[in-house]
Amino acid sequence: MPLNRVVITGRGAVSPYGLGVDDFVDNVWQGHSAVKVIEEWGEIGGMKSLLAAPVPPFNAKKSLPRSLRRAMGPLALYATLAAKEAAADAGLDEDFLTGGEVGAVIGSTTGSPEALAALYGHYLFDNSIAAIKSGEFFKIMGHSCSANVCLALGLTGEQWAPSSACTSAAQALGLGYLLVGSGRQQAMLCGGADETHASVTGVFDVVKAASCRNDTPNATPSPFDVKRDGVVCGAGSGIMVLESLDSARARGAQIYGEICGFGHVNDSEHIANPHARSMARAIAQAMAEAGVSGSEIDYVNAHATGTEQGDLAEAQAIAQAVSSSVPVSSLKGHFGHTLGAAGALETIILLEMLKRQEIVPTLNLTEPDPECSCVDLVQEMRPASLTTIVKNNFALGGVNAALVIRAI
Amino acid sequence: MMSDDELRQKVVEVLAAEFELDPADMIPTATLYDDLDLDSLDAVDMVVVLEKTFAFKLSDEERLRSIRTMDDLFIFLIDLKNQSA
Repeated sequence: MPLNRVVITGRGAVSPYGLGVDDFVDNVWQGHSAVKVIEEWGEIGGMKSLLAAPVPPFNAKKSLPRSLRRAMGPLALYATLAAKEAAADAGLDEDFLTGGEVGAVIGSTTGSPEALAALYGHYLFDNSIAAIKSGEFFKIMGHSCSANVCLALGLTGEQWAPSSACTSAAQALGLGYLLVGSGRQQAMLCGGADETHASVTGVFDVVKAASCRNDTPNATPSPFDVKRDGVVCGAGSGIMVLESLDSARARGAQIYGEICGFGHVNDSEHIANPHARSMARAIAQAMAEAGVSGSEIDYVNAHATGTEQGDLAEAQAIAQAVSSSVPVSSLKGHFGHTLGAAGALETIILLEMLKRQEIVPTLNLTEPDPECSCVDLVQEMRPASLTTIVKNNFALGGVNAALVIRAI
Repeated sequence: MMSDDELRQKVVEVLAAEFELDPADMIPTATLYDDLDLDSLDAVDMVVVLEKTFAFKLSDEERLRSIRTMDDLFIFLIDLKNQSA
């Protein structure tokens, strides 16, 4: 149990809607889908899913000098811009950021897939490293996001980079909570990032878990819907400033919410399949650490990606660990599965739900799967009294994570 | 064969594009590290770009390390051009 209370004082986002938290939040509240057809993927042999929610093009030269950009693939660029927004939003000045009491814990599934493809394109097809530039390794290394963020912001505290695919950002928030809670750091910039790439969507395509509704991109993915057909991968980065409550109050900082429980368990059952009992165990662990019972949870933000097995297992886990009456929705219908960024981008929307006292429904959920209806699946924007909420994220490889977040 | 002036112009053109520099700053006396703000990683990329542009190897490490200014670089490349002629 952490010694210090840990609160969120800053938010930053690069999302499939563009740069910044404001556009991200507005588009989600307006129920816009960010999913698009990527026509050129149709030329890749065996590729059936041509869907993604990429970050729209933008000119990074305006935001960052070349000396920083040269070591960044798209995902590190997203993380750096989101981190700068989060630090500014939290009102952290240069002395605070560079004094050694602030670090970063920012994950991604891998290093930049775009840079990996370019590097191995030279190496494998030309059998040569002669044309490889000096910045390429820094784009593909597993801690590319955290390293680049630390350099860009001058952070001199602890640097961590959890890499666990879809739970990378959830683990980052959990680890940041533990580091600040234990007093090792006064504040941490926490979150994750990922980018869209054919090789990423291809992973889900190969295991028959990618949505293939190429004719109706705005109607998919459709978590919890009886006709759901799989995942659509998205891109972006969500970064939040986690800070001790004492520090936040001493600075007079705005406080978006408090992280008061982190459940984190491994299922050791199957490399790919979800496991409802382990999901429930993660949720229960987070609730126990927060000291709350199921009746005190006002809402659960599901990981639900739109796969048949995953959505069903999660609905069952929520019903078991929380209650069958708790409102549940997933944000994947809006902006797809942003993988390493998902836990953080989705938590930014959760904090906005706490502020607005509204539950964002699952976009594209028109006919709830009766088997998932063991919880209250939210289909329309719903005013609600929200104080304590649960955030789930689960990953291939058996990682199950849940956070309890409370309004303060 | 490319003239020395054409070579200088080409060097300025490709390095300005690679390192987002203003060609007006890339005068012969400009130092690569201090005036143009390049560093050791940029030096690696500079070799990659110049080898690709001129199709000759910049393998004399000792001479490469001695390059301080744009003019040092021009002279080095003109020597290589003449050797390969």
